Amino acid sequence: MIALSDYLMLGELLFAIALAGIFLNRKNLILLLMCIELMLLAVNMNFVAFSHFLGDGAGQIFVFFILTVAAAEAAIGLAILVVLFRNRGTINVEDLDMLKG
Amino acid sequence: MPFEAAYLYTILPELVILITASVVLVVDLYLRDDQKGLNHSLTLVGLVLALASVGLVGGDQTATAFGGAFVRDPMSDLLKGVVIVLTLFTFVYSSNYMRDRDMWVGEYHVLVLFSLLGVMIMISANDFLSMYLGLELLALCLYALVAFDRDSKAGSEAAMKYFVLGSIGTGMLLYGISMLYGATGGIGFGDVAAAVAATGTDDKVLVFGLVFVLIGIAFKFGAVPFHMWMPDVYQGAPAPVVLFLSSAPKVAAFAMAARILLDALPGLLADWGDILIILSVLSMAVGNVVAIAQTNIKRMLAYSTVSHVGFIFFGLLAGTEQGYAAAMFYAVVYGLMAVGAFGVLVMISHKGFEAENLDDLKGLGDRDPWLAAMMTLVMFSMAGVPPMVGFMAKLLVLEAVVNVGLIWLAIVAVVFSIIGAFYYLRVVKMIYFDKPEVMDPVTASGSARIAVSVNGLAILFLGMFPAGLLALCEAAF
Repeated sequence: MIALSDYLMLGELLFAIALAGIFLNRKNLILLLMCIELMLLAVNMNFVAFSHFLGDGAGQIFVFFILTVAAAEAAIGLAILVVLFRNRGTINVEDLDMLKG
Repeated sequence: MPFEAAYLYTILPELVILITASVVLVVDLYLRDDQKGLNHSLTLVGLVLALASVGLVGGDQTATAFGGAFVRDPMSDLLKGVVIVLTLFTFVYSSNYMRDRDMWVGEYHVLVLFSLLGVMIMISANDFLSMYLGLELLALCLYALVAFDRDSKAGSEAAMKYFVLGSIGTGMLLYGISMLYGATGGIGFGDVAAAVAATGTDDKVLVFGLVFVLIGIAFKFGAVPFHMWMPDVYQGAPAPVVLFLSSAPKVAAFAMAARILLDALPGLLADWGDILIILSVLSMAVGNVVAIAQTNIKRMLAYSTVSHVGFIFFGLLAGTEQGYAAAMFYAVVYGLMAVGAFGVLVMISHKGFEAENLDDLKGLGDRDPWLAAMMTLVMFSMAGVPPMVGFMAKLLVLEAVVNVGLIWLAIVAVVFSIIGAFYYLRVVKMIYFDKPEVMDPVTASGSARIAVSVNGLAILFLGMFPAGLLALCEAAF
């Protein structure tokens, strides 16, 4: 039997990997978008685990909404990425340095 | 949870906004380019109807709908009224600017209306799920709006940064919500509060979740150290978008903080109060000091927003009804000041010229005395000079923290306000005592001039007679 803490540990690990990916990655914006998705999936893992062990359906319903919104979010993110590439000719994270101060 | 027709009455203001947005979306397809003004008229009519319906369904009693997912109470009535008025200002100010730049299209109206819908859902959310959905509706529309000028290099960069940091903020918030759900077994604010009251506050999972939720709230507010996106977004986005971004969503962020912290987690006041003290002191320090170094006025106003967020947190962390009312008063007043400041900036920009740098304001007193006077009122108000309403707002939050014995915190706030006064007064000095660098006359439309006059004089009037608004804020808690 897998315990609740094991699921939480997995969720935590995924969340940490996603955050590390966002902050360490200096090259590719698409990788960054993937890390954001991973972050939301880590949250989903938590919700499903809690929902199962609490015997309460609300957490699983929450997961459906997160999945749906994450799809919309990815669409907007990729749209902005396309606009950015058309304007700047690059999707390198380090090249996003026009705005600072 | 059966559906009841009465729910539709409770959500009437949201329905009006939704219908307006959908109508504009469809009607826009059938309009020729020279008929696009109809979008504007439809939007304004819809907003006025929504304002009327807020008054119609409003009242002293509290009503919930959809099994407790949605709540209508005095707080939501006031905040919804305010955000609708702020959105009206947004549209009136931005019409000339957007028309000059070929961005006066239906999508702009639709995106702003849907953001407003998100804001209103956040204001009325009564569980974590509706809060999350409102927040995402707002955020997704704002990401698109920031990139609205599709050929702007700075705009697309700002949108990307906003998207990535906003998504991290949402991710943190959701992670915190999942922990709170695990610790309490509910996602309704009332259920969470009841579970916390029953089981006590020693639960580590609960505090762990609280910290992540607070990080999410701080991201949305733009409190230090989660403020990195604000200056870049303010600088890169088109001015009318910043005008909207700095007003209604900040009111929504206040509503989110108030709902989550006061409705769901009042039992953890000792924990979140301390975290808010750190966030607010850091916000005031960084916001006020870094703003001095800015030459771009949009960046300067972004850092000024950061410092005002510190003040809004003051009222919340006091943990008294007086403090909550003061924080709400501050959030409302801040929205009014922000639309005023960016409204003037939008009005003095014209085709081929963006008013972006502080130098662009030089000599505005000679070029357009009335606009200059309004900008001066707004700047005095932001600096906290009596009798402007900004002074009243600062006084009320400081009174609230002094009343709970945090006198040192009030002193820190006053010191940083004085530092902050420098850069607001510098703008006034530039307007009246420097030679103009831009000589073109200001070509603002008549309706925008009327709006900015109403806006500026409201700041003065509310400062002299704050009792009415304050009574509404106090009735909410």
